[in-house]
Amino acid sequence: MDLRALLEQPTEVERDAVDSLLGPAEPFNGRVMFGGHSARQQRHLLLPALHAVQDATGTVTRGALGYISERLTVPPAEAYGVATFYALFDVDSAGGSKAHVCDDIVCAQAGAEDLCSRLEADGVEYERSPCLGQCDRAPAVMYHRPGTGYGVSAPVAADTAGVFGFDDLSPGVVHQEASELRLLRRVGVVDPTSIDAYIESGGFQTLAKAKELGPEAVIEELKMSGLRGRGGAAFPIGIKWEGVRDAPGDEKYVIANGDESEPGTFKDRLVMEGDPFAVVEAMAIYGYVTGATQGYIYVRGEYPTAEKRLLAAVRQAAAAGFLDNFDLEVRRGAGAYICGEETALFASIEGHRGEPRQKPPFPTTHGVFQKPTGINNIETLVATLEVVANGGEAFARIGTDQSTGPKLFCVSGAVSNPGVFEVEFGTTLGELLDLAGGISGGSGFGAVLMGGAAGVFADESALDVPLTFEHTREAGTTMGSGAIVFFDDQTDFTAVLRRIAQFFRDESCGQCVPCRIGTVRQEEALARIGSGAALGSIEEEKVRLDDLALVMTDASICGLGQTAASAIQSAMRLGLA
Amino acid sequence: MSVKATIDGQEVTVPEGTSILDACTQLGTDIPTFCYGPTITPANACRVCMVEVEGSRVLVPSCSRALEEGMVVKTGTERAEHSRRLVLELLGSASELDRSSDEVHGWIEEYGADSSRFGPDAETVAQPAKVQDDLYVRDYERCILCYKCVDACGVDHQNTFAITVAGRGFDAHISTEFDVTLPDSACVYCGNCIAVCPTGALEGKIAWDMKEAGTWDADAQEVTRTVCSYCGVGCNLDIHTQDGRIVDVTSPLDHEVTLGNLCIKGRFGWSFVHAGASEPEGAAGGTGS
Ligand SMILES: Cc1cc2nc3c(=O)[nH]c(=O)nc-3n(C[C@H](O)[C@H](O)[C@H](O)COP(=O)(O)O)c2cc1C
Ligand code: SF4
Ligand code: SF4
Ligand code: SF4
Ligand code: FES
Ligand code: FES
Repeated sequence: MDLRALLEQPTEVERDAVDSLLGPAEPFNGRVMFGGHSARQQRHLLLPALHAVQDATGTVTRGALGYISERLTVPPAEAYGVATFYALFDVDSAGGSKAHVCDDIVCAQAGAEDLCSRLEADGVEYERSPCLGQCDRAPAVMYHRPGTGYGVSAPVAADTAGVFGFDDLSPGVVHQEASELRLLRRVGVVDPTSIDAYIESGGFQTLAKAKELGPEAVIEELKMSGLRGRGGAAFPIGIKWEGVRDAPGDEKYVIANGDESEPGTFKDRLVMEGDPFAVVEAMAIYGYVTGATQGYIYVRGEYPTAEKRLLAAVRQAAAAGFLDNFDLEVRRGAGAYICGEETALFASIEGHRGEPRQKPPFPTTHGVFQKPTGINNIETLVATLEVVANGGEAFARIGTDQSTGPKLFCVSGAVSNPGVFEVEFGTTLGELLDLAGGISGGSGFGAVLMGGAAGVFADESALDVPLTFEHTREAGTTMGSGAIVFFDDQTDFTAVLRRIAQFFRDESCGQCVPCRIGTVRQEEALARIGSGAALGSIEEEKVRLDDLALVMTDASICGLGQTAASAIQSAMRLGLA
Repeated sequence: MSVKATIDGQEVTVPEGTSILDACTQLGTDIPTFCYGPTITPANACRVCMVEVEGSRVLVPSCSRALEEGMVVKTGTERAEHSRRLVLELLGSASELDRSSDEVHGWIEEYGADSSRFGPDAETVAQPAKVQDDLYVRDYERCILCYKCVDACGVDHQNTFAITVAGRGFDAHISTEFDVTLPDSACVYCGNCIAVCPTGALEGKIAWDMKEAGTWDADAQEVTRTVCSYCGVGCNLDIHTQDGRIVDVTSPLDHEVTLGNLCIKGRFGWSFVHAGASEPEGAAGGTGS
């Protein structure tokens, strides 16, 4: 493979940004590159390299992309395909500072449209963004200043100057008493930037205990605990870890999925920002138990504080000798909801477009780099610390038979006191609403969206349903990622549904037809209904929407397309639109 | 090792690793495909080949899933047919399928696919054709994003990597880096992408010109098999002639050595044949350089 390079040259700033990641380059003057095998093995550095130039300049120019292609021996066309996949890479733009304004379903309730108008009037460069995972502090803005970095403004101050003016490094707020909590007990209490503080609070004792018990015993405890995945699929964790441990091969990987991009979900952010060492400790145990010597923490690109905290935590933990024989790396996403899907996440780490792959084969045997891989949600990982520390049996006593342990819920929207709440499985949705202070502003209950954009709308009857895997399934709702968004009785649900449809349209990877085109047709139909311009009758529109829902659910490759009609269909059933 | 399974009530035994699609073909069951091709690793993207597999919550792509021991496959269920119809409707609503094969038009009819049901304002991939040289045209309003050309240019055959899928979602499209023209890209004009394109989105310049002018008449054409005379490899050429003139050159995909691939000389280096004579009706400009 002889690759042809682009003609444009990188600027000094771009070259320095790439070289600071990859090291100084060998001299290169021609138009044909011979990077060879060793350079090609660095393909996985494509996203970090693109981030490096985007961070430094606010854009990815031809010269920069060409230079990256040359350094990594990636065909320029492919590098271009990757760069244009991710929303946070501004390919071939003018660069400079930029605000990403969330106009998703929660921020829309909190005045996102007004904010956009003000920015427009003030001539501030901005782009609309899907949920930024700050729904408890809506409306939210993420901004980028080249050379300085990313920051989050939430809630945004009334003047537009506030959009670029606020560096959020405060630990997240937990509304409950630390003494009542297991998963969140250190958040907001223990300094998340100091390994000494973590150790003082009992940190890294669980890792020591795991090593005392040995891998098999840890897996036994996990099985006994009944712990199931918190990322949405609810897979039994003991079986997953055992599968990775038993998979043939010496080269294995473990991954912490911190891509959290489901609208209405922000629990993993709170954990990563407020208790990063716990994530690191859980990953060290994961590696030890499965035999993986390399781990990745994949953090959503819109979570700059989480990334900073985790980088610092990994560095300190390694220096203190807690990561022996285990290489743990923090990887940053770049604006793609789909990269939370495990196989798309693998592709992203490998330096490819975040396109999901066909399963089977499953990650346990064919994961990242086609090697056996264990991947878990951030909350799941922190829950494994509970299991190892206190024993599987004690964990299983919390919650119900089939839904064991504590669970984090992200409550936002039309409530007085939005935030992350840790409760035991079996708590009802109504009790959770009480914890969040009830419906805000003296309005009545309109509807609740459970599980985010990929979830299900429910009416007031859902308030009595205990939050467990089994009860929500029976009631036809879902817990999904733990997102619970309340809407009051003044809500224009047609607009909400249209925003949800737009989310899937924007976030589809584009690989398969039912999802790539189906999400567009779904959004078009909702737009027509919303503007009173139905094609034929409303009934005909509904038949069309049902047909689209069925083909997306039945024939899409991955969960994104398979759930892209879920919330909309449930809202139709409730007569919300 | 072989596996035994049931397809539409019939027992089949096939070698391990055989796809459901290949097993169906052996039984004479026709299943529509777009992104599958005999010479290409299926991208598993179009999802028109879906079948029902007992025990599976969702439908299964027959081109990309191997038949497994004891599998019970049903190809003609209501759900499977619904998915195929919708995929055909969705594709037809976004892309021009008019120059796809007769087979494709047959499926559209068979499944009763009506792509007009999404209305006159349904967003499409309509765009001007990219005519950047005298050899071939990229007419992407006909592209269904089957990934075949990308794989032919890349890992499956040519290893040139001149084109890729760029963008995301409905904006995903085939492109060179920064959309530079083909002459400015890594393209070596082998035309092996043209050979696998199922919709006429990639087409030799003369054939494309004639189709645009309405003078292309496949029924009036003769195909003559010969061997390329440029080098010693011995690639087979199919010379398509209409009214005594060459209008296209292809290569049989089932050739065991070349799999239908050629180089620029074999595929495009024939304009000298008609040097000095007038162009066929509808064809603007010559070929070869
Ligand atoms: C479209 C899509 C997005 C997803 N996003 C996330 C995510 O952001 N975080 C996450 O943990 N899991 C996400 N998942 C689920 C993962 O694929 C995977 O099941 C999960 O990380 C496994 O971890 P667990 O077993 O601990 O739940 C997503 C799935 C789909 C289909
Ligand atoms: S369902 Fe959507 S997101 Fe998933 S692979 Fe298909 S196009 Fe991509
Ligand atoms: S003609 Fe050959 S090199 Fe050019 S894009 Fe097509 S397959 Fe790639
Ligand atoms: S140009 Fe042709 S081969 Fe390439 S993706 Fe489009 S339809 Fe497929
Ligand atoms: S941060 Fe705006 S909706 Fe979540
Ligand atoms: S032919 Fe099977 S998915 Fe396209």
